[in-house]
Amino acid sequence: MNTISQVHRIAGVPETFVSDRLVRRRSRHVKERIIEFILFLAACVSVATTVGIVLILFKESFVLFQTISLWDFLTDTQWTPLFSDAHYGILPLLSGTLVSSMVALLVAIPLGTIIAVYLSEFAPFSIREVAKPFLELLSGVPTIVYGYFALLFVTPLLQHFIPSLPGFNLLSAGLVMGIMIVPTVSSVSEDAMRAVPMALREGSYAMGATRFQTAIRVVAPAAFSGIAAAYILGISRAVGETMILAVAAGMQPNLTWNPLEPAATITAYIVQVALGDLPHGSIGYQTIFAAGLTLALLTLVFNVLGHMLRKRYRQAY
Amino acid sequence: MNEQAGRIQEIRALIAAHKRWDMIFAAVGLLSLMVGVLTFVALFGQMVIEGGPRLSLDFFTSFPSRKPDQAGILSAWVGSTLVMFVTACTAVPLGVGAGVYLEEYAPKNWMTDLIEINVTNLAGVPSIVYGLLALGLFVYQFGFGQSILTAGLTLGLLILPVVIVATREAIRAIPEAIREGAYALGATKWQTTSHHILPYSLAGIMTGVIIGMARAIGETAPVITIGALTFIAFLPPAPLSGDPPAGLFGWIMSPFTVMPIQMFNWTSRPEAAFHHNAAAAGLVLVVMTLSMNALAIYIRYRLRKSIKW
Repeated sequence: MNTISQVHRIAGVPETFVSDRLVRRRSRHVKERIIEFILFLAACVSVATTVGIVLILFKESFVLFQTISLWDFLTDTQWTPLFSDAHYGILPLLSGTLVSSMVALLVAIPLGTIIAVYLSEFAPFSIREVAKPFLELLSGVPTIVYGYFALLFVTPLLQHFIPSLPGFNLLSAGLVMGIMIVPTVSSVSEDAMRAVPMALREGSYAMGATRFQTAIRVVAPAAFSGIAAAYILGISRAVGETMILAVAAGMQPNLTWNPLEPAATITAYIVQVALGDLPHGSIGYQTIFAAGLTLALLTLVFNVLGHMLRKRYRQAY
Repeated sequence: MNEQAGRIQEIRALIAAHKRWDMIFAAVGLLSLMVGVLTFVALFGQMVIEGGPRLSLDFFTSFPSRKPDQAGILSAWVGSTLVMFVTACTAVPLGVGAGVYLEEYAPKNWMTDLIEINVTNLAGVPSIVYGLLALGLFVYQFGFGQSILTAGLTLGLLILPVVIVATREAIRAIPEAIREGAYALGATKWQTTSHHILPYSLAGIMTGVIIGMARAIGETAPVITIGALTFIAFLPPAPLSGDPPAGLFGWIMSPFTVMPIQMFNWTSRPEAAFHHNAAAAGLVLVVMTLSMNALAIYIRYRLRKSIKW
């Protein structure tokens, strides 16, 4: 049925006046549907990526855990899958990851928070306009460049103060990683603080509080969950960071809590194995997937936590 | 009388103390920003001093070599360019398509929620995990091998969330009246989208694409994980050089290396002479990513100034 020409017929307009383009065509509807379906498929690629990651990691790890026991994997204190006397304890890699992340957070959390408070409550407009793009640029520097900087600038610098510091160590890698994470922490917590309604600040100022008192006692508590989310995002970035650690912290698994020692992280181990020439399907090949699974689960926990916290602060006002 | 004056003094002292804290914090805040600036200056300065002298035309036109002073980044920058091309071809259509779907088409149901949560989560997955996905799926399952195609697809998936989020934000900024105007003239959904929504959000999408590409060009971990070689002394066959049709795309299955891997290789060698090469490669890399980021920030800045709905 052709509705437009019907209308015209009723109105007494001759049918020849109706443009062809106004005629309702089935093909047009079909074309719309096809386009919608193609766009839907594009959106599904992201879901497929997640499914792919989960499947691949679990599949290869599952094969590995048929040869070695999960208990050994979690409790053995040695990680030597490529030696003849093979041990498969993830703990040494985990300790390297945690120690370097700790050092990074000791830098990133104080610095990031102070910068966020400063930019959101103190800084004049002109400084903000320059500082924000600059911080964004800082987070755009490739991590391999940070790795080079940690190995060949920060480590020699630290060796002036700590002569016994080895060439590869968790400290300098962690420090540089901390600087790298500062923009993440500062921009997310600044957003959280900016979302605090102006009325709260004005109330505080009306009571005679200074900017510092307002920031610490009113704005920061009100934005608490957002700031906590920023910290958690920072942690998850530190745990997943690869190149800085592979370059500057060494590739020797080492169960230690001392940042002055060299130690491999989960990520550095994966890089080390990938650089070598391991045959597909060997135990060494499967261990990197088990290591990757550990890493993915670790960051997933932090990401979910951060997501929940951020959702809470969004609902606050 | 005296007591009152004393209390006023006390209060004044308290106010002065609080103001002092205020000033101290303002100074500390500025100092913290300076730490960031100084780190950047030190990083950039170190690379200019160490690598600057190595930068010459020869450096860009030579293959890597055992002799540090003859080594160059020819295979690395050619590899990076080709990989980036594949990455852009993957991430731009998929990312923009997904963004348009989520903003313009998606019904409110569990499937849409799932996709949205999924995009947020993917943005937080460490890049090396993408490398493992590519190793298991593209390299062995699909049999693409350690090729430019594998690397480009991997990095494309990696920056997909960046492109999707940028597209959605750009589309969300377009007022509803534009769509209603188009519908009122009888346009279909796709006509509205392709004639109005996409052109108007182009600058915002470009920003996201450029930031994503800048990230992809500096990514090392996933490309190492798929098993890219660190020493490549040949170029992939030039695009469009072989016999059509199959020969045209010979380059896509070729082994390759990229800039950050070349830099990693030189950094991890013990000889200091190679460290100069690493610094020079790093300098090229930093200038490239920073100018891309700066371009994106500039576009966004212009956008904020010029468009007022």
